[in-house]
Amino acid sequence: MQLAVNIAVLAAIYALIGCGYVLIYRVSRVLSLAHGELMMLGAYGLAVTASLFGGHPLIAIAAAAVLALCVGFLVYGLLMWRMTGESVLAAVLATIALGVLLRGAMILFFGTQTQYPLQNLGWSNVSIAIGSARISAAGLVLVLGTAAVYGALFLFLHASRWGIRMRAAGQNPLLAAQRGIRLHGVYALAWGLATFTGGMAGMLIACDAGIESTLVTIGLKAFPAALVGGLDSLLGALIGAWIVAGAEVLLIHYVDPLLSDVVPFFVLLAMLIIRPWGLFGTKEELDRV
Amino acid sequence: MSTPRSSGYFRTSYARDAALVDTRAQKGWLAALGIALLAYPFVAGAFALDLANQVLLTSVGAIALMLLTGYAGQISLGHAGLLAAGAFTTGILFKETGASFWITLPASAAVGALIGLVFGLPSLRLRGLYLAVSTLALHFMVIHAGQEYETRRGLSSGVVIDSPISDPRGWYFVLLAAAVATVLFSLNLLRGRTGRAWRAIHGREAVAEALGINVKAAKLSAFIVSCTLTSMAGCLFAYYRGFVSAEAFSMFVTIQYVAAVIIGGIGSILGAVLGTVFVVLFPYGIEALMASLGLSDRLSSVIFAVNYAAFGLAMILFLVFEPQGLVGIWRRAQAWFLLWPFKQKPVGK
Repeated sequence: MQLAVNIAVLAAIYALIGCGYVLIYRVSRVLSLAHGELMMLGAYGLAVTASLFGGHPLIAIAAAAVLALCVGFLVYGLLMWRMTGESVLAAVLATIALGVLLRGAMILFFGTQTQYPLQNLGWSNVSIAIGSARISAAGLVLVLGTAAVYGALFLFLHASRWGIRMRAAGQNPLLAAQRGIRLHGVYALAWGLATFTGGMAGMLIACDAGIESTLVTIGLKAFPAALVGGLDSLLGALIGAWIVAGAEVLLIHYVDPLLSDVVPFFVLLAMLIIRPWGLFGTKEELDRV
Repeated sequence: MSTPRSSGYFRTSYARDAALVDTRAQKGWLAALGIALLAYPFVAGAFALDLANQVLLTSVGAIALMLLTGYAGQISLGHAGLLAAGAFTTGILFKETGASFWITLPASAAVGALIGLVFGLPSLRLRGLYLAVSTLALHFMVIHAGQEYETRRGLSSGVVIDSPISDPRGWYFVLLAAAVATVLFSLNLLRGRTGRAWRAIHGREAVAEALGINVKAAKLSAFIVSCTLTSMAGCLFAYYRGFVSAEAFSMFVTIQYVAAVIIGGIGSILGAVLGTVFVVLFPYGIEALMASLGLSDRLSSVIFAVNYAAFGLAMILFLVFEPQGLVGIWRRAQAWFLLWPFKQKPVGK
């Protein structure tokens, strides 16, 4: 029972981070390797707003969320728009360089000590019993929040005007541009949303375990989840997260705790060999030889 | 990508076309460079010598990555893993059997070739991003294997290796020989059939196949050659540091090698060397800059963070404003001096 709860929390983490990879890839065909760093930046954003708006946790959370969204827009507006239409390698390298820059800047501004934004918010992380298992309050919020984010994203992509534009731009950018869709606006929105969801994940993990440098590793480990499900499918990211999280928790429990960092990449490699386009990805999308 | 030439330069035979050094001026400059490189350890101080050793050591891996990414067009994000494979092969052989350098180097090369084959297999099915991701996954696995060895044998802080050479000047000549051998090997390979096949698959695979190039063999050979060289560089690294530990081969090392290739300029061996010089000297340059600005006291505890941030920024600036890299700047400077006092662009550029 405890294992199932652990899997659910880890899967929620991976799914919430993974949907950022999927959003950016699906819309602009760019793989963002700075996602872990952006996620950490979101967590630090919460730490800052929590100390700014001392007595008002809700305002602090809302401000941090808006901040994460704006950071995403900024990343596109300052850097990534120059990479539109460049080679895949150039765009991926730009995100890697951004990640290195952000990591250095974050250490400069926030130091290397573990921070606990939850204390600044004035809340404590109580442990809740579900049957025979226990789950932390932040973990429960994480699971529920992920479900809410996915629900909202499905609605947004299928029912709202901007969501439909995003799907159109992802399917065929040239045609979409011809039809009068502003590609830069759509791409910027994708980066904004991805950073927002990543930032949410970062904030919630920070509430559960504090902000540490391992956050970046968690961000990178969520990438296999997105790829296993198919890089251009949100549903795939959700299911991929469950598969990767399940494999990770079970192998750590029954085989070796040291495996934690490699299991997602084992799953990734297995998937790349068997079915490179993922469980729910579109086969045509993969630039196959 | 043609080098600018003064007028009166014609190539009249195929042998001349393939020659590595063909004009008298080039021979002269090369001789001067050779003398400068040989004289360097006798005039440089200990610190400058250490920097030169680092540049030479890193250049081997950077050239190997350049062969793979710059010429064959296959992205690899797993080069730190390969260095680790070479270093750990050396470390384990030394620790368990006390093997000498003449055994560990070929063993590292063999392990590198094997991993190259494994790295290369996904490239037969995958392209671009997906290939990059599969090499990234392999990086984590190699590092995990290394960590596993360390914990199993109770060597949590790493494997210590006795180096046969302790004199930095001796190391300089060993590393210089290794780097020069790598450069010559690569240039020779690139002007032959293999190198042309690599450039053809970089250009467009379907056309390369139509021209009769065995695309699968060319890709696998690119991976095997690149990985073997990198793994041998890892073996040298192990001896140079006298110490092997999984922490030394983080993702950041891969990023540094990729940055060397990008900042140097894709598709040029000279670029790989220039990029290596830039990447290796960059942190020291930042440190010197901080010291001259009088900030080093206040920021001494976070100097590595300053380095990180500045390094990311430099990479971004190169990607955005100078995608041709240092080699592009070098060629423009050459053309400027050649055409002086005129300012036309060379024809065909």
